[in-house]
Amino acid sequence: MIPVSHILGLSAILFAIGVGGVMIRRNAIVVFMCVELMLNAVNVAFVGFAYGMQSMVGVMFVFFVLVVAAAEAVVGLAIMLAIFRSRESLDLEEFNLLRW
Amino acid sequence: MLIAFYIVAALAVASAFNILILRSPVYCALSLVGCFFLLGIIFILLNNEFVAVVQVLIYAGAIMVLFLFVIMLLNLRPDSSPRSLKFGIAKILGIGLTVGILAQLIGVFGSSAAKLGPMGEYSAQRVTEEGSLEIVAELMLTEYVLPFEIISILLMVSIMGAVVLAKKRPPPEEEESQP
Repeated sequence: MIPVSHILGLSAILFAIGVGGVMIRRNAIVVFMCVELMLNAVNVAFVGFAYGMQSMVGVMFVFFVLVVAAAEAVVGLAIMLAIFRSRESLDLEEFNLLRW
Repeated sequence: MLIAFYIVAALAVASAFNILILRSPVYCALSLVGCFFLLGIIFILLNNEFVAVVQVLIYAGAIMVLFLFVIMLLNLRPDSSPRSLKFGIAKILGIGLTVGILAQLIGVFGSSAAKLGPMGEYSAQRVTEEGSLEIVAELMLTEYVLPFEIISILLMVSIMGAVVLAKKRPPPEEEESQP
């Protein structure tokens, strides 16, 4: 039996790496991948709780998170294609239309 | 089993950390695919084959392939700016916030894992006997049938949104010439 706290620790570390990537990286697609990593870290926490509490609710939520992640990836990548057409770049530093 | 968990978890964290370091988006994507595979192994260790298979099929198989398609379609070159040791204020703030969130998460998880609620009815033995896929399928079509229908609508809306967003717009004079 794997202790639940260790699974949650893994989830926390993965989530923090995702947050770090969103903060540090400048390529929009890599930032997007880090968002996927954060969603996956949440999945690990859900499955860890389902495992520790002998419940199936966490597993159902993993399924729903997965569908949301897929929908988000599709729409986000379409937005990136549209941005790339007009700006010829995916560097976040150059997206300044909505900046003060 | 505990040792296997630690080894796979360490590998998963290492390959996730690669995303922060590697410069080429393609390498980042491949490293993330590796991370997703390793998390699939962790889900198997956690006695849940359904999530493991879905993880590999949808995350590693579908979503990351979409990412790779877009990276190669846009022909992105790796970050060519010189790697600077100089930390800007944004980078310091980002790293500080990351460490803060990590500390907060570990604190909350450490205190909450000690007091888990009452045990559910799906013991590891029952899940192994009935199979996690059967249990998930039954729950999905009985207790969770409404969210299941709602996410199917969400998926369809996102498909249409992606088509509308990514479609090339015709130049304006063509639009005007049409009655």
